[in-house]
Amino acid sequence: MDFMSQVVQQLINGVSLGSIYALIALGYTMVYGIIKLINFAHGDIYMVGAYIGFFAVANAGLGIFPALIISMVLTGLLGCLVERVAYKPLRHAPRISLLITAIGVSFFLEYASMLFVSPTPRTFPEIFDSSVAYHIGEFIVNGQQLLIFAITFVLTVLLTYIVQKTKIGKAMRAVSFDTETAQLMGIDANRVISATFGIGSALAAAGGVLVGVYYNSIDPLMGIMPGLKAFVAAVLGGIGSLPGAVVGGLILGVIEAFVSGFLSSTFRDAAAFAILILVLLFRPSGIFGRDAQEKV
Amino acid sequence: MADMLEIKDIHVYYGAIHAIKGVSLSVRQGEIVTLIGSNGAGKSTTLRTISGLLKPKEGDILFEGESIAGRPAQDIVKAGISQVPEGRRIFANMTVMENLELGAFSRSDADGIEADMHMVFKRFPRLLERKEQAAGTLSGGEQQMLAMGRALMSHPRLLLLDEPSMGLAPLLIREIFSIIEDINRAGTTVLLVEQNANMALSIAHRAYVLETGRIALSGDAKELAASEEVRKAYLGG
Repeated sequence: MDFMSQVVQQLINGVSLGSIYALIALGYTMVYGIIKLINFAHGDIYMVGAYIGFFAVANAGLGIFPALIISMVLTGLLGCLVERVAYKPLRHAPRISLLITAIGVSFFLEYASMLFVSPTPRTFPEIFDSSVAYHIGEFIVNGQQLLIFAITFVLTVLLTYIVQKTKIGKAMRAVSFDTETAQLMGIDANRVISATFGIGSALAAAGGVLVGVYYNSIDPLMGIMPGLKAFVAAVLGGIGSLPGAVVGGLILGVIEAFVSGFLSSTFRDAAAFAILILVLLFRPSGIFGRDAQEKV
Repeated sequence: MADMLEIKDIHVYYGAIHAIKGVSLSVRQGEIVTLIGSNGAGKSTTLRTISGLLKPKEGDILFEGESIAGRPAQDIVKAGISQVPEGRRIFANMTVMENLELGAFSRSDADGIEADMHMVFKRFPRLLERKEQAAGTLSGGEQQMLAMGRALMSHPRLLLLDEPSMGLAPLLIREIFSIIEDINRAGTTVLLVEQNANMALSIAHRAYVLETGRIALSGDAKELAASEEVRKAYLGG
């Protein structure tokens, strides 16, 4: 393969990985937009989503699409539950208390999962015959990658529709812009916050199931690194911005693929965090972020 | 006539600060009542407590005979009270249309919402011209109109207005106040908080003067406007 086709091939790999980051980053950015919390437990929610998908496929013998939907629904409910139990009582507490609680929830989910499903990695059943790959010219796209593109695309369009056009979506934007005034409109801010956690967690669950399908292996600590990477993606895109989360996720995925493809995969993670440092130094509001002016 | 809104000796705190120290007031159906007083007297705090954003520690608030004190904000809107907050607080990143739709959030009667949307556009024709525009691009006066239109979209029986004259040119203030009178004539009861006591007393039926968390004076708006005490303290001599 010549250099250019290698570039295109890495681009395909990068967009696959980046799509997963985007799905997780959307939840990060939505929750941040609405209660200004960096939900460090979000990566672990994604892990739980992967496990629910795994059990649905491996134990209940379901197909990938029913498994995906079941995982999204149950993980969405888990997200609402976490918010209700851990974050809601701290609504008027200083933000640092929320952040520390999020780290606590993260550990809780990780070690509770080890207790219930054992720390041993599980092998995700093969959904696609991995020898089947599609050749587009000289480039190779496999079934898993096509599934990732398609699901991410559909979910992003669906989310955009919900946020822009539906009543709950408008309420989410209003609460995110000015919670108190939203309440004066008759919006129940607690319900909107709960819905935001639910939707964000469901998207992370989709990412978890797709990663299981893509990499075949899941374990209780699998959420830590992608959780941090998705955080980088959300900051890169501009935290609080939905298009920012998707674009940030894709850019991060592509950069990681290029670094592993052309330099060495050992530098992959370093590249992601170097991006975080650079963004924070030179453009803290990210690509799509509004300038971070404090409201008076 | 029976009191539509009755506030009975409420005490409100911001943390340790005792902001409202036993305020009682009433608004009768069909009236414009104004609450005047200097900065920090507790005017906005009183409105925020009525709207359910703050809970009174003591005392009670009755709306049409029913206690609403301490109920969540969304219930208060459903009960028939809406507020135009201080500083307008429009949703700047959303369109004029979306702002109005949010005003009708608590309703599900599509026909009624449609009718009120027409009413708002009739009252504020400039909003119709700008309905697809981001609300943040409107001028100060237009934003005040949007905030009022948005509050009317919940079809309130009692409208709370917090400093509608703030930051507006005198001509615009006059326009806004004449619209408030129109809204009142069309059947909506109004509780108006103002620092611009002159304007407020000129359109109100009755008035209360708030001083550091307590009602200092109350009575007929015309009489208060004429009284020596009020003239000295609030009307600039």
